[in-house]
Amino acid sequence: MHVELRDRPFEPYAELQAYETANIPAGKFGATGVFVGTMRDFNEGDAVQTMWLEHYPGMTEKYLQTISIQAAQDRPLLDSLIIHRIGHIEPADPIVLVAVWSAHRSAAFDAVRFLMEELKSKAPFWKKETLTGGDRWVEKNTPG
Amino acid sequence: MSVEVKFFAGLREQLQRDVYLLEAGAAATVAEAWRISTDGQPTPGNLLCAVNMEYVDFDHPLKDGDEVAFFPPVTGG
Repeated sequence: MHVELRDRPFEPYAELQAYETANIPAGKFGATGVFVGTMRDFNEGDAVQTMWLEHYPGMTEKYLQTISIQAAQDRPLLDSLIIHRIGHIEPADPIVLVAVWSAHRSAAFDAVRFLMEELKSKAPFWKKETLTGGDRWVEKNTPG
Repeated sequence: MSVEVKFFAGLREQLQRDVYLLEAGAAATVAEAWRISTDGQPTPGNLLCAVNMEYVDFDHPLKDGDEVAFFPPVTGG
Protein backbone atom coordinates (compact mmCIF):
# COMPACT_ATOMS: atom_id res chain seq x y z
CA MET A 1 0.00 0.00 0.00
CA HIS A 2 1.45 3.31 -1.01
CA VAL A 3 0.15 6.90 -0.93
CA GLU A 4 2.06 9.84 -2.33
CA LEU A 5 1.53 13.51 -3.14
CA ARG A 6 3.53 15.04 -6.00
CA ASP A 7 4.19 18.70 -6.70
CA ARG A 8 5.51 17.96 -10.22
CA PRO A 9 3.92 16.28 -13.26
CA PHE A 10 4.04 12.48 -13.21
CA GLU A 11 3.45 9.73 -15.74
CA PRO A 12 0.78 7.42 -14.29
CA TYR A 13 1.38 4.42 -16.53
CA ALA A 14 5.12 4.41 -15.88
CA GLU A 15 4.42 4.71 -12.13
CA LEU A 16 1.93 1.85 -12.32
CA GLN A 17 4.38 -0.41 -14.14
CA ALA A 18 7.27 0.43 -11.81
CA TYR A 19 5.21 -0.14 -8.67
CA GLU A 20 3.81 -3.41 -9.97
CA THR A 21 7.23 -4.74 -10.91
CA ALA A 22 8.74 -3.78 -7.57
CA ASN A 23 5.91 -4.75 -5.23
CA ILE A 24 3.35 -7.20 -6.60
CA PRO A 25 4.41 -10.86 -6.79
CA ALA A 26 4.22 -12.07 -10.38
CA GLY A 27 1.68 -14.84 -10.82
CA LYS A 28 -0.31 -13.93 -7.71
CA PHE A 29 -2.59 -11.27 -9.17
CA GLY A 30 -5.16 -11.71 -11.90
CA ALA A 31 -6.69 -8.24 -11.92
CA THR A 32 -5.31 -4.73 -11.92
CA GLY A 33 -7.85 -1.93 -11.49
CA VAL A 34 -6.74 1.53 -12.58
CA PHE A 35 -8.22 5.00 -12.56
CA VAL A 36 -6.40 8.03 -13.95
CA GLY A 37 -7.88 11.49 -13.50
CA THR A 38 -6.62 14.19 -15.88
CA MET A 39 -7.08 17.95 -15.92
CA ARG A 40 -9.62 19.24 -18.46
CA ASP A 41 -9.30 22.61 -20.20
CA PHE A 42 -13.00 23.36 -19.57
CA ASN A 43 -15.31 23.43 -16.57
CA GLU A 44 -18.90 24.62 -16.22
CA GLY A 45 -18.83 26.13 -19.68
CA ASP A 46 -15.61 28.10 -19.21
CA ALA A 47 -12.15 27.61 -20.64
CA VAL A 48 -9.67 26.79 -17.86
CA GLN A 49 -6.05 27.84 -18.39
CA THR A 50 -4.33 26.43 -15.32
CA MET A 51 -5.20 25.11 -11.91
CA TRP A 52 -3.81 25.26 -8.37
CA LEU A 53 -4.38 22.29 -6.10
CA GLU A 54 -4.23 23.08 -2.39
CA HIS A 55 -4.20 20.40 0.31
CA TYR A 56 -4.02 20.03 4.08
CA PRO A 57 -0.49 18.76 4.75
CA GLY A 58 -0.70 15.78 7.08
CA MET A 59 -4.46 15.25 6.93
CA THR A 60 -4.56 14.62 3.19
CA GLU A 61 -1.94 11.86 3.37
CA LYS A 62 -3.55 10.42 6.49
CA TYR A 63 -6.98 10.32 4.84
CA LEU A 64 -5.66 8.59 1.73
CA GLN A 65 -3.90 6.02 3.93
CA THR A 66 -7.08 5.45 5.91
CA ILE A 67 -9.18 4.72 2.83
CA SER A 68 -6.44 2.49 1.40
CA ILE A 69 -6.53 0.42 4.60
CA GLN A 70 -10.33 0.38 4.51
CA ALA A 71 -10.36 -0.78 0.88
CA ALA A 72 -8.11 -3.72 1.74
CA GLN A 73 -10.08 -4.64 4.87
CA ASP A 74 -13.38 -4.88 3.03
CA ARG A 75 -12.25 -6.88 0.01
CA PRO A 76 -9.40 -9.23 -0.95
CA LEU A 77 -6.79 -6.81 -2.32
CA LEU A 78 -3.13 -7.64 -2.71
CA ASP A 79 -1.99 -4.02 -2.82
CA SER A 80 -2.95 -0.46 -3.76
CA LEU A 81 -1.26 2.68 -5.02
CA ILE A 82 -2.50 6.29 -4.90
CA ILE A 83 -0.52 9.18 -6.39
CA HIS A 84 -2.13 12.64 -6.35
CA ARG A 85 -0.86 15.97 -7.66
CA ILE A 86 -0.68 19.17 -5.65
CA GLY A 87 0.39 22.65 -6.69
CA HIS A 88 0.37 24.13 -10.20
CA ILE A 89 -1.35 21.95 -12.83
CA GLU A 90 -1.76 22.42 -16.59
CA PRO A 91 -4.52 21.03 -18.83
CA ALA A 92 -3.84 17.40 -19.85
CA ASP A 93 -1.66 16.83 -16.76
CA PRO A 94 -2.64 13.70 -14.83
CA ILE A 95 -4.02 14.65 -11.40
CA VAL A 96 -4.59 11.30 -9.76
CA LEU A 97 -3.66 7.66 -10.19
CA VAL A 98 -5.48 4.98 -8.23
CA ALA A 99 -4.39 1.40 -8.86
CA VAL A 100 -5.27 -1.83 -7.08
CA TRP A 101 -4.24 -5.44 -7.49
CA SER A 102 -6.30 -8.51 -6.63
CA ALA A 103 -6.72 -12.14 -7.64
CA HIS A 104 -10.07 -11.54 -9.33
CA ARG A 105 -11.76 -8.63 -11.11
CA SER A 106 -14.63 -8.02 -8.71
CA ALA A 107 -12.46 -6.72 -5.87
CA ALA A 108 -10.36 -4.65 -8.28
CA PHE A 109 -13.32 -2.87 -9.93
CA ASP A 110 -15.01 -2.34 -6.59
CA ALA A 111 -11.92 -1.03 -4.78
CA VAL A 112 -11.08 1.52 -7.47
CA ARG A 113 -14.62 2.87 -7.32
CA PHE A 114 -14.56 2.96 -3.52
CA LEU A 115 -11.19 4.74 -3.37
CA MET A 116 -12.11 7.34 -5.98
CA GLU A 117 -15.49 8.14 -4.44
CA GLU A 118 -13.97 8.50 -0.96
CA LEU A 119 -11.13 10.60 -2.34
CA LYS A 120 -13.44 12.90 -4.30
CA SER A 121 -15.87 13.42 -1.44
CA LYS A 122 -13.62 13.56 1.63
CA ALA A 123 -9.88 13.88 0.91
CA PRO A 124 -8.87 17.48 1.74
CA PHE A 125 -7.87 18.88 -1.64
CA TRP A 126 -9.17 22.11 -3.16
CA LYS A 127 -8.95 23.23 -6.79
CA LYS A 128 -8.56 26.83 -7.81
CA GLU A 129 -9.00 27.46 -11.54
CA THR A 130 -7.45 30.25 -13.56
CA LEU A 131 -9.83 31.45 -16.29
CA THR A 132 -9.30 34.24 -18.80
CA GLY A 133 -11.23 36.57 -16.51
CA GLY A 134 -9.51 35.64 -13.22
CA ASP A 135 -9.38 32.89 -10.60
CA ARG A 136 -12.16 30.90 -8.92
CA TRP A 137 -12.35 28.08 -6.40
CA VAL A 138 -14.17 24.98 -7.59
CA GLU A 139 -17.14 24.78 -5.23
CA LYS A 140 -17.88 21.07 -5.32
CA ASN A 141 -17.10 17.88 -7.19
CA THR A 142 -19.61 16.40 -9.59
CA PRO A 143 -21.39 13.26 -8.32
CA GLY A 144 -19.67 10.01 -9.32
CA MET B 1 -0.12 25.06 25.18
CA SER B 2 -2.97 26.33 23.09
CA VAL B 3 -5.38 25.28 20.37
CA GLU B 4 -4.35 26.04 16.80
CA VAL B 5 -7.14 26.79 14.32
CA LYS B 6 -6.37 26.48 10.60
CA PHE B 7 -8.40 27.67 7.60
CA PHE B 8 -8.06 26.40 4.05
CA ALA B 9 -8.83 27.32 0.45
CA GLY B 10 -11.69 29.73 -0.28
CA LEU B 11 -12.55 30.01 3.39
CA ARG B 12 -9.02 31.19 4.23
CA GLU B 13 -9.23 33.85 1.52
CA GLN B 14 -12.70 34.94 2.53
CA LEU B 15 -11.74 35.30 6.19
CA GLN B 16 -8.25 36.58 5.33
CA ARG B 17 -6.93 34.33 8.05
CA ASP B 18 -4.91 31.13 7.81
CA VAL B 19 -4.03 30.35 11.43
CA TYR B 20 -5.51 31.52 14.70
CA LEU B 21 -4.17 30.58 18.13
CA LEU B 22 -6.71 30.07 20.90
CA GLU B 23 -5.56 30.22 24.48
CA ALA B 24 -5.90 26.97 26.39
CA GLY B 25 -9.44 26.56 27.68
CA ALA B 26 -10.84 29.42 25.59
CA ALA B 27 -13.04 27.11 23.50
CA ALA B 28 -14.71 23.96 24.83
CA THR B 29 -16.00 22.82 21.43
CA VAL B 30 -15.28 23.17 17.72
CA ALA B 31 -18.29 25.50 17.45
CA GLU B 32 -16.80 27.82 20.05
CA ALA B 33 -13.45 27.71 18.30
CA TRP B 34 -15.21 28.85 15.11
CA ARG B 35 -16.98 31.70 16.88
CA ILE B 36 -13.84 33.02 18.56
CA SER B 37 -11.41 32.53 15.69
CA THR B 38 -13.71 34.18 13.10
CA ASP B 39 -14.98 37.00 15.33
CA GLY B 40 -18.47 35.53 15.15
CA GLN B 41 -18.81 35.11 11.38
CA PRO B 42 -21.89 33.10 10.33
CA THR B 43 -21.20 29.41 9.80
CA PRO B 44 -21.27 28.40 6.12
CA GLY B 45 -23.84 25.66 5.53
CA ASN B 46 -21.31 23.40 3.85
CA LEU B 47 -18.49 23.96 6.36
CA LEU B 48 -16.28 20.95 7.15
CA CYS B 49 -14.21 20.63 10.30
CA ALA B 50 -11.45 18.40 11.59
CA VAL B 51 -9.68 17.98 14.91
CA ASN B 52 -6.18 16.53 14.85
CA MET B 53 -6.70 15.73 11.16
CA GLU B 54 -9.87 13.64 11.64
CA TYR B 55 -13.32 14.76 10.54
CA VAL B 56 -15.53 15.74 13.50
CA ASP B 57 -18.93 17.29 14.14
CA PHE B 58 -19.32 20.92 15.12
CA ASP B 59 -20.07 20.03 18.76
CA HIS B 60 -16.88 17.99 19.16
CA PRO B 61 -15.10 18.82 22.46
CA LEU B 62 -11.64 20.37 22.44
CA LYS B 63 -8.64 19.85 24.69
CA ASP B 64 -5.39 21.72 25.08
CA GLY B 65 -2.98 21.07 22.20
CA ASP B 66 -5.67 20.16 19.66
CA GLU B 67 -5.37 21.27 16.05
CA VAL B 68 -8.69 22.42 14.60
CA ALA B 69 -9.26 22.94 10.87
CA PHE B 70 -12.14 24.56 9.00
CA PHE B 71 -12.56 24.20 5.27
CA PRO B 72 -15.07 24.21 2.39
CA PRO B 73 -16.23 21.10 0.46
CA VAL B 74 -13.27 19.24 -0.99
CA THR B 75 -12.60 19.14 -4.73
CA GLY B 76 -9.69 16.77 -5.35
CA GLY B 77 -9.30 13.90 -7.79
